[in-house]
This record gives sequence, C-alpha cells and structure tokens, in this order.
Amino acid sequence: MTWWMIIRNSLRQHALSTIITATSIGLGCGLLMAVWVVNFQSQRAFRNVTGGFDAILGPRGSQTQLVLNSLFHMDASPGLINRADYETFRKSYKRFYRNAVPIAVGDNFQGYRIVGTTHDLFAAEHSPGEPYALAVGDYFIRNDKQWNKEAVIGDTVARKLGWRVNQKFNPYHGLNFAEGQQPHKDEYTVVGILRPTGTPADKVIWIPIEGLQQMDGHDAQYAGDVSAVLIQLSTNTTARAFGMNSLDSIYNKGTDHLTFVKSTADVVARLFDRLGWAEKVLRWVALLVAVVAAGSVLASIYNTMNERRREFAILRALGAGRGTVFGVIVLESATIAALGAVIGFAVYAGIMAAAESILRNEIGVTLHPFEQHPVMIIVPVGLIVLGAVVGIIPALKAYRTDVAENLIPQS
Amino acid sequence: MPLLEISDLKKSYRTPEGETQSVLNIPSFTLETGQQRVLRGTSGTGKTTLLNCIAGILSPTSGIVRLDGRDLASASEPQRDALRARCIGYIFQTFNLLQGYTCMENVLLGMSFGRGPDTDAARGLLDRVGLSHRLHHRPGQLSVGQQQRVAVARALANQPLLVLADEPTGNLDPHNAREALQLIREVCEESSAALLMVSHDPMVLDQFEDCQDLAELNHAAQEVAA
Repeated sequence: MTWWMIIRNSLRQHALSTIITATSIGLGCGLLMAVWVVNFQSQRAFRNVTGGFDAILGPRGSQTQLVLNSLFHMDASPGLINRADYETFRKSYKRFYRNAVPIAVGDNFQGYRIVGTTHDLFAAEHSPGEPYALAVGDYFIRNDKQWNKEAVIGDTVARKLGWRVNQKFNPYHGLNFAEGQQPHKDEYTVVGILRPTGTPADKVIWIPIEGLQQMDGHDAQYAGDVSAVLIQLSTNTTARAFGMNSLDSIYNKGTDHLTFVKSTADVVARLFDRLGWAEKVLRWVALLVAVVAAGSVLASIYNTMNERRREFAILRALGAGRGTVFGVIVLESATIAALGAVIGFAVYAGIMAAAESILRNEIGVTLHPFEQHPVMIIVPVGLIVLGAVVGIIPALKAYRTDVAENLIPQS
Repeated sequence: MPLLEISDLKKSYRTPEGETQSVLNIPSFTLETGQQRVLRGTSGTGKTTLLNCIAGILSPTSGIVRLDGRDLASASEPQRDALRARCIGYIFQTFNLLQGYTCMENVLLGMSFGRGPDTDAARGLLDRVGLSHRLHHRPGQLSVGQQQRVAVARALANQPLLVLADEPTGNLDPHNAREALQLIREVCEESSAALLMVSHDPMVLDQFEDCQDLAELNHAAQEVAA
C-alpha cells in the first residue's frame, strides 16, 4: 500500500511527463503488436485464400500475376487461354486432377470485379474446411433461359453497394472502373448473396462464365476463351506429385503460350518472401520506437531525481530503507511502462481497425484484431520488464541519496 | 536503564582541504523514559548532527548511542532504519512534510515503515492535533502552524519511545510557537514518549525545567570556541 501511495503521488505530481512517456511506450507497444499480428494474420489469410486450389493454368506470363489475378482478384489479367487449349486440358489431362474450374475476367461494376465461373467454384472451399454458403437467394439458376444474366455477389459488394437480391446492374468493361465510361447493354440480376468468407471472394460479382464470354460488346471470336483454370489435384500424395510434375512438364516446358502454377501456396510464400524486407523494416522501426520509449521513461524519471532528493531523504528519515526507495523507483518505472502497455492496446486496436478496413476493402482479406496471439503478452510484458530495467539507473541515484544532507531545504 | 545512553560519542567530517573537523565529542549523556529535556544550542554547536546520530541517520565516528538497550552506533544501516521507524519520531524545523501528499497520507507514511499504516489511528492523531477538518488537505493548503501540527502527528504515528525535535518552533511566530511547543509536550506526555528538543529560542528554553547547554555537553564545540 505504501509503495503504491508513493508511486501514485509521484505519477500524479508529474502527470504531464507520465502521460507523454506512457503514450510513447503505448505507441511502441501498439506498433510492435500490430506489425506482428498483421503480418501473421495476413500471411495466414493469403495462404488460406488458395481455397483448396493447388494449381492454376493460365496464359504464359508471371506466376505471381496469375495467382494474384485468379485467386486474389487483383492485378491485371495476364491474358487468355484459347478455347482449344482449354478443351485439350479438360479432355486430355483429366487423369491429373480431380476438379478444374475455369474463370474469365475483364469487367467490373464500380471497381468490383466481375468474374465468370461455373457452379463448381462454389462446391470448393474458400478456406480450409469452409465451403461457400449463401446468406440469401440462390446460385445461378440453370434451367431458365436468362440464366447467364444472373449474378451471385460477395458480402463486401452487397454491403458497400447496398445491393439485395433482384438488384439489376450493367457491367462496365475493364478491370478498373473509370468515371464517364458507358456500361455494357446487358443487364444482370443479383440472385444470391454469399456469406462473408474473409477472402477476396467477398468483393467479387460472380456470374456464369458464359454470361461473361457472351456479354454484349465482347468479341465473339474469344467467346470460348477463359482467363485461367483453377485446379485441385489429387488428394493422394503420389498421384498429386505425379500430376503436378506432369502438367508442369506439359505446359511450362512443352508450350510457349501457357503457364502452369504447380503450387499456389509456394507462389504466395515467395511473394511474402519478396515483401519480407518491408515487414522487417516495419518491425525494426516498431522495436526502435519501443526502445526510444523505454529511454524516455529513463529520462523522465531521471530528470525528477534532483527535485525528489528531499522526498527520498524524508522517507528515509521516516524509516524507509535504501532498498525501499530503490524498489519504489523501479516499480514506478515499471508502472509507467504498464500504463504504456494499456495505451498500447488502444493503439493496437486503432492500427488493427485501420489495417483490417484497408485489407478488407482493397484485397478482401479479413483480419481478426482480438484473436489471441503470444505477441500480445510478450510485447507488453517485455516492455514492463524493460521499464523496470531502465528504472534501475534512477533508482540507484535514489538509493545513494544522502539523508542528512537532503533533509535541509535546498534554496 | 536509561532509554537513551550516549558515551564517548564522536563525529567528525573531512573538510574539502583534507583536514578532519570534529563536530561532536560528547563523553556522556542520558535520557530516561518519558523524560522531556531541551538542549540549548546556538548555530554550529552540533545540534542537528547530534539528533541525526541519535536517529541513526548519521553514523558516529566512534562511541556508543544506545537506545532502548540497542547500540545504534554499531548497528548496520538497515537495522538503524528499522529502529528509527519503530522507536523514534522526528520533528524538523522545516517540518519536512511531503508536499504532494495529504495530511492523512503524511501521517500514514510516518506509520508505514514501523508498525504499518492504520487509517483510524492516523485520523485520531490528526484529530488530537486539531486537524480533523484538514485530513485531505496538502501542506501547501495549510498555514505554517497547521503544517507543524501535521509534523507532530506524523512524529507520533509509530508510538515512538523517543521524539527528537530540531528547532521545532524556528519557523513559527511567537503565538504558533507557544501552541506548537505545548502540543508537542502534551502529546509526548500522553504517549509516554521521551522528548529531546534542541533549540536556541529563549521562549522554548523557559518552558522546560530540564534544560542543558549543548556547548557544555559537546567538548568539540568547546574546542572550536577556544
């Protein structure tokens, strides 16, 4: 009780410097936690986004671009696979895969990508163990003559555009929306809205692939072409490896106009490796902020030592031992760091809310700010320990205070 | 056995020039339980040094300072701290109240290192010195007379065996000085604590039957005078 009374009074007497110091600790703490958690959760989310599709067949070009375009619905489309190549793949190499879903891109509505596909896509899982599910409505209706003019939309599209079932819209050509652009004449109707998946699929308007290929304004010459084929290989390890290597040989070595991504997970991992330097820089910056903040605790307490010499002398005259005075200062320093850690959680929540919103709106990936992660214990506890450690320096000064000399008021 | 027994107490300092300056040289001094005595001393006679040696704040160069049977001079610093917390109350000329703390907290701090904080006892002490209506005021919000009352309450917070008072009326006007002195003597008497006061104020000296000249007691002061 006595220690807390002394600490509480000291913090109150130096309220401004306490608040500034705790806030700087909080910034470091929040930044460190956020960098770690955003990195961990975004990597996990990006790896999950492969949605069970192990491989992708697409036009010749960058594998990263093919993965980003086909699974993350971002970046430009690398081109088209012509009808003949697509049919050859479907008919001749069926033994190498268990499921292949074609997709076609090239249109948008106010920036939300319109992707042509088949029902098979919704039979797959968007994340491990989590199949697509409808929140309302139905998937494309097959037996209606206008079925290819129907759309199933992701959760973000529904929320952002305020769309409901039966909403009608005219697509715009291209992957990016440009003001003043004339839409296609074909009108599409929303027949179903998907439940949130926390993946880029949430910001996609799905239509039947024929609906996209035969859209008014699209060149009939390319009506049978697709942008990519999402492939699920065999679950059997041997057959999977055989299929992967066979298709790799057939397309990457045997053709000059198609690319086969034999492992989407490897491409995502390579992508993160390439972006690793940015994450490392952020982590070092956050660490530096935390160290500077710990230094500010030291400076803040150390600077009060001179004015507090009399306080320590009085406490000693009342019977407090040197150890008590030393301990009070160490605990005070740790307390400022603990206050900083509390502020750190608020900073963390703010950064995560912003990061979550940006990632969800721009990429469609959902973060979980309040999901437990060891860093949310390690960083605050580490900073409190660091606060206590830097408190040792001013505590030594308090420890050495000469009682008799400092009982006399200093003019 | 006397409560306080001093024999051959010497305290000297080394000057910046490297010379040894003797401040205290007291061959013998005793104080009985409950006794109230004032030591008359002008500036430079070693008043504060003597009280600090008795309180265990300063370690004597040589000699014995025995309080309640325990020799402070040969005790370790933590032992002296503990003995001071349990057995000694100290009233300073400048009060030495902690400015950021309320009256109640100042008195509670006086208890904290001895018998432990007791809110009811602290309230009772502040009531005894007439400050029951100022419990949550800070020293800066009190008059100097009231501040000295808080200092008195704090000195008695641990039910000490001995109260040391170093020029306790030095900062007070004659009216407040008389009241403070009367209060200190009364509360020490009520709690059976011995009182050793040092002062050069004639008004204070006149109030005590037991008055001794520190210059006569302290041979070091005599040597300086000579």
